[in-house]
Amino acid sequence: MSALDAPPQASLLRPVLMGLAGLVAVALIGWLALPANIAVLLTSLVAVALACLAFTRFMGWSDRWMVIAIPLVWFVTFFLVPFFVLGRISLSEVAIAIPPYTSLWERAPDGTLEIIASFDNYLFLLSDSLYVSAYLSSIKIAAISTVLALLLGYPIAYYIARSPEPRRSILLLMVILPFWTSFLLRVYAWIGFLRRDGVINNILSWLGVIDEPLVMMQTDFAVYIGIVYTYLPFMILPLYATLVKLDDALLEAASDLGATPTVTFLTVTLPLSLPGIIAGSMLVFIPAIGEYVIPTLLGGPDTLMIGRVLWDEFFSSRDWPVASAVAIVMLILVVVPIMWLQAVQNRQEKNA
Amino acid sequence: MTSNPAIAANTRPWTNPAAKPFISIQNITKRFGDFTAVNDVSLDIYQGELFCLLGGSGCGKSTLLRMLAGFETPTAGKILIDGQDMARVPADKRPTNMMFQSYALFPHMSVEKNVAYGLLREGKSKAEAYARVAEMLKLVKLEAFGRRKPHQLSGGQRQRVALARALIKQPKLLLLDEPLGALDKKLREETQFELINIQETLGVTFIVVTHDQDEAMTLATRIGVMSEGIITQIGEPRDIYETPKSRFVADFIGSVNLFEGKVGPAAPDFMRVETEDLGPLNVLPVPGLTQGQTVWLAIRPERAWLTRTRPPEAINSVPGVVRDMGYVGHMSSYVVRLANGRLVRVTQANEGRRENPISWDEQVTVSFEPADIRVLTE
Repeated sequence: MSALDAPPQASLLRPVLMGLAGLVAVALIGWLALPANIAVLLTSLVAVALACLAFTRFMGWSDRWMVIAIPLVWFVTFFLVPFFVLGRISLSEVAIAIPPYTSLWERAPDGTLEIIASFDNYLFLLSDSLYVSAYLSSIKIAAISTVLALLLGYPIAYYIARSPEPRRSILLLMVILPFWTSFLLRVYAWIGFLRRDGVINNILSWLGVIDEPLVMMQTDFAVYIGIVYTYLPFMILPLYATLVKLDDALLEAASDLGATPTVTFLTVTLPLSLPGIIAGSMLVFIPAIGEYVIPTLLGGPDTLMIGRVLWDEFFSSRDWPVASAVAIVMLILVVVPIMWLQAVQNRQEKNA
Repeated sequence: MTSNPAIAANTRPWTNPAAKPFISIQNITKRFGDFTAVNDVSLDIYQGELFCLLGGSGCGKSTLLRMLAGFETPTAGKILIDGQDMARVPADKRPTNMMFQSYALFPHMSVEKNVAYGLLREGKSKAEAYARVAEMLKLVKLEAFGRRKPHQLSGGQRQRVALARALIKQPKLLLLDEPLGALDKKLREETQFELINIQETLGVTFIVVTHDQDEAMTLATRIGVMSEGIITQIGEPRDIYETPKSRFVADFIGSVNLFEGKVGPAAPDFMRVETEDLGPLNVLPVPGLTQGQTVWLAIRPERAWLTRTRPPEAINSVPGVVRDMGYVGHMSSYVVRLANGRLVRVTQANEGRRENPISWDEQVTVSFEPADIRVLTE
């Protein structure tokens, strides 16, 4: 083996020294310029990274996995840990205490540790039809909203993708522009449009189309409008991303081989934009299932969505264990479609 | 070539004024905004031809092809295919099929489905369509690859799928946009002859767009050389090479030495042209030239003749020094510097093993036969 083939000597000293220098720099800057808690957070993040690096070098592993360390730490800290906390709470019982649930283990008089965990909360979700129908109704509302967003978003994305360059950027900007304003404010703005003496009713009665104002607020209709309006950009952007990659020559080839524009769309454009359709649908469907703000502001008392049930359990009933069980089941309902999406995308990638 | 007049007349319909053209392009113009891509082009192409549109990038050759396919609408002019005006016929109703430069294979469909696409759009039954697909794949030697997706094929295989897909509807006219452009040199040479074989087997009329003069020379029955939106010359490969009409064509097809000169006084056997670089040259008389007119002399490198001493029988010769030499095996190419600094390219065939070949820095004489000098007026 020549010297060129040999792996570079993984030195322990240099990265550790550099890391220590970085640590001191971050600590100094943090101490001088930032609020104390942020400085501590930053410094400890660098310290953790340094420790990881030193450990890998010490074990003689490749440094490559460090690239995924940051997403991994993020995932563990902000998803996995809270998930286990929720799971743990969902297995206990409600108690008048702080926090308001029973402990999972108890020391028996003879000194042994007893574990008290029950799935009663999950069984309770099944026994009370409120929860089942809230899940079903959430899925229904999310699914219908997704289809509406797709029907509305596809032509928009198609038009943007087919536009010549300066116009395309402006149109894309217009799709993203609403994000400059708070989501909450935009949902409030819809109240001004939809209420009894709102903009829509005023215009329609001024035009003489209606005599009586339409009842739109506090209906499922308003919830659909709110969800479709809010999540439409999440449908448009992935659709745009796949449609803009579509090679014009493929469409010409189809028409050259005798396909009318409709047939070309159905046999070429639509199948090739499937990854965008799936990604966009997931991006709308998944947050829509757990939506809390929109049904609360625009929906009526009979708009049953699991996000509201969750809120009520946590804050009105203060039943944290049942609320946790509701959240876990909702998570599973959301994770299943994500995994399906992953499977489809993997298959697509293998074929692409 | 003319030893058998019956066949000659048959295979070269453009030499027969009574022959009816299969495709008639009449005064076609295409403008994109201010830019004129195709400028008043007229062209007749006959049944069974393999016609090459040859030109550099941006010369309008692809635009012309796309107008034939129906992807672009002419700004002015008329296209007739088999006597039918194509003005109101959309791409999906035309009796033409196209093979795209990028092949444009549908990435989500297998090879079979790609090839069957055109037949299924015609409303053929699946059984019938796939039987034809199998035949077609056999023709392009891809029987074993029907179930593969395009990305699982090599460049040459994709090219043949594209050809099969374009041929399966048995179009009257097949349009090929740089069909061999994406292949490497060796594969390109093999495929050229395959393409000619398939074209002759099926008797389909081919129009090929290419920027590669070798490809055009090998494939074509006739070549149309395009430049800046106009066709500068149409002719058989030999005509285009031997008797180019303009400096552009002479320079574009193969390599050429061009000398500017003025027509001198008429002589009995030859016409004299006074050139700055070579002095007076004797060329074959060209009718219609007036004394003092500016002309250009085009001499192919292989038609110049290199010797150490001036051959006594030479009619035109100039002295020079070999500045550069390249040995290519079957021939050697030389760059000779004349007394005034002008460089002349000369190639000499290496027939037999020459004991003492002319080499660098030797004093040489370059001679030209009058018949090998082409006089150009534009």
